[in-house]
Amino acid sequence: MIRKMIKNIRFTPIFYIIFLMLPIYWLLTMSLKTNAEILGGFSLWPADPTLANFKTILTDASWYSGYINSTIYVVLNTIISLAVALPAAYAFSRYRFLGDKHLFFWLLSNRMAPPAVFALPFFQLYSSIGLFDTHIAVALAHTLFNVPLAVWILEGFMSGVPKEIDETAEIDGYSFPTFFTRIFMPLIGSGIGVAAFFCFMFSWVELLIARTLTSVDAKPIAAVMTRTVSASGMDWGVLAAAGILTIVPGAIVIWFVRNHIAKGFALGRV
Amino acid sequence: MQRKHNQKAWFLVLPVFLLVAFSAIIPLMTVVNYSVQDSFGNNEFYWVGAEWFVEILNSERFHSALGRQLMFSGLVLAIEVPLGIFIALSMPKKGWGASICLVLMALPLLIPWNVVGTIWQIFAREDIGLLGHTLAALGVDYNYTQDAVAAWITVVVMDVWHWTSLVVLLCYAGLSSIPDAFYQAAKIDGASRWAVFRYIQLPKMKRVLMIAVLLRFMDSFMIYTEPFVLTGGGPGNATTFLSIDLVKMAIGQFDLGPAAAFSLVYFLIVLLVSWVFYTVVTVQDAEASK
Repeated sequence: MIRKMIKNIRFTPIFYIIFLMLPIYWLLTMSLKTNAEILGGFSLWPADPTLANFKTILTDASWYSGYINSTIYVVLNTIISLAVALPAAYAFSRYRFLGDKHLFFWLLSNRMAPPAVFALPFFQLYSSIGLFDTHIAVALAHTLFNVPLAVWILEGFMSGVPKEIDETAEIDGYSFPTFFTRIFMPLIGSGIGVAAFFCFMFSWVELLIARTLTSVDAKPIAAVMTRTVSASGMDWGVLAAAGILTIVPGAIVIWFVRNHIAKGFALGRV
Repeated sequence: MQRKHNQKAWFLVLPVFLLVAFSAIIPLMTVVNYSVQDSFGNNEFYWVGAEWFVEILNSERFHSALGRQLMFSGLVLAIEVPLGIFIALSMPKKGWGASICLVLMALPLLIPWNVVGTIWQIFAREDIGLLGHTLAALGVDYNYTQDAVAAWITVVVMDVWHWTSLVVLLCYAGLSSIPDAFYQAAKIDGASRWAVFRYIQLPKMKRVLMIAVLLRFMDSFMIYTEPFVLTGGGPGNATTFLSIDLVKMAIGQFDLGPAAAFSLVYFLIVLLVSWVFYTVVTVQDAEASK
């Protein structure tokens, strides 16, 4: 009996993946149906697949501008986070300095702050400096949890690079910036890729802060979707199509980092 | 690795320090400010000391939200961690099978959180959802918008669906760092499957498991968007977790003082638990590198 169970263990991932894919499949079929078909009866696949729902989204500015806004602040956030996290991670992995351990935990503690705590103060802060409803405001606000994570991941990857490389470069007469950009960064290329992936991911999936800090000009796609749910209520086909379109960028990004993703989730140190 | 003492390293850390100080300390001070003051509107504030903290810590509303939150985080950890380990152990180790597994499993992690809520909202509806419809056809009385138990089960299953892959990926990373020689030695010694797990695989996974538990605790304790979209905290208050209650209080009712005190207590709980975990992880690291 137990032996049989162990033999069947390799089918577990298949069952698990089926469990993961079923709700996504359901979203996909709904996005290909008309509203009449969704509400009219129950069927496992669309009888007459239509791309009308996707067409609605891709031709209506109030829909597709949501995707553009989200993409802009996610990319901005990734660039800012990596630009400040790279030197900091280097400092943490190579040097001891006054208050280093406390600083590191303080940075991490921001990853632990519930976004609900920060929503209202962020709103007031960014309103008072005139950045409310701009992409840069959301990008800056998301650094709260992305910078600590990027520092943590990059520090893990950098600690895997032997210190002798730094010393050799110094003897060879490289200045620090040249050494860092020409020699060191290519060495931790996969680490930078993984950190960028995580910044992208957490900025892309976050809604509460992004929604609080925007109203019209920088409204993220996720917020556009919630408004549509409450206002027109029953446009299930378009809602499902919008959901499918939010999954696509993530799927593409995963494909590129698939060989490093496991190590990245372990924060670079296994 | 032996690290040199060098105070100039502060210059490298300075950009991060300034950026995070801007986006963390200023908002946090705003919260602290509100938590000790009261207002009758018109931007006039006066000092009330610890009154709001006393009120929050004694309020039935906070206690019940905290209770639900602890139960939710406990349930989610108790399901996701063992399940994640089990799936990671049974995954193919190399080749295209492993790549496909990793990509498909990571997919739920990259779906915006409100879309996760929407997906499950659609999936579990009785009239148009596959799950709701199937359960109704089987004669199961299931309605997550009316029945508190059904709502709880749906929220927990949704979280398992959303986040178990994180545990799987972490454990997979830990497992793939074990050299083949270990398994060959175990085979020669005639070790049982359980012994291999207990004495080779589990110790290697210990560190990543700590990270998994830490991340899952933090994120499940801060959960907001998914249950908000799925159940809106209902039926009644059955799935009103801490963040949902807090947003209701701060933005819905605009009770800034109590909401601020609530925020600080909430943050301190997460911080305390996470600090304990973090200390355990770093102490282990220090021992491992000796």
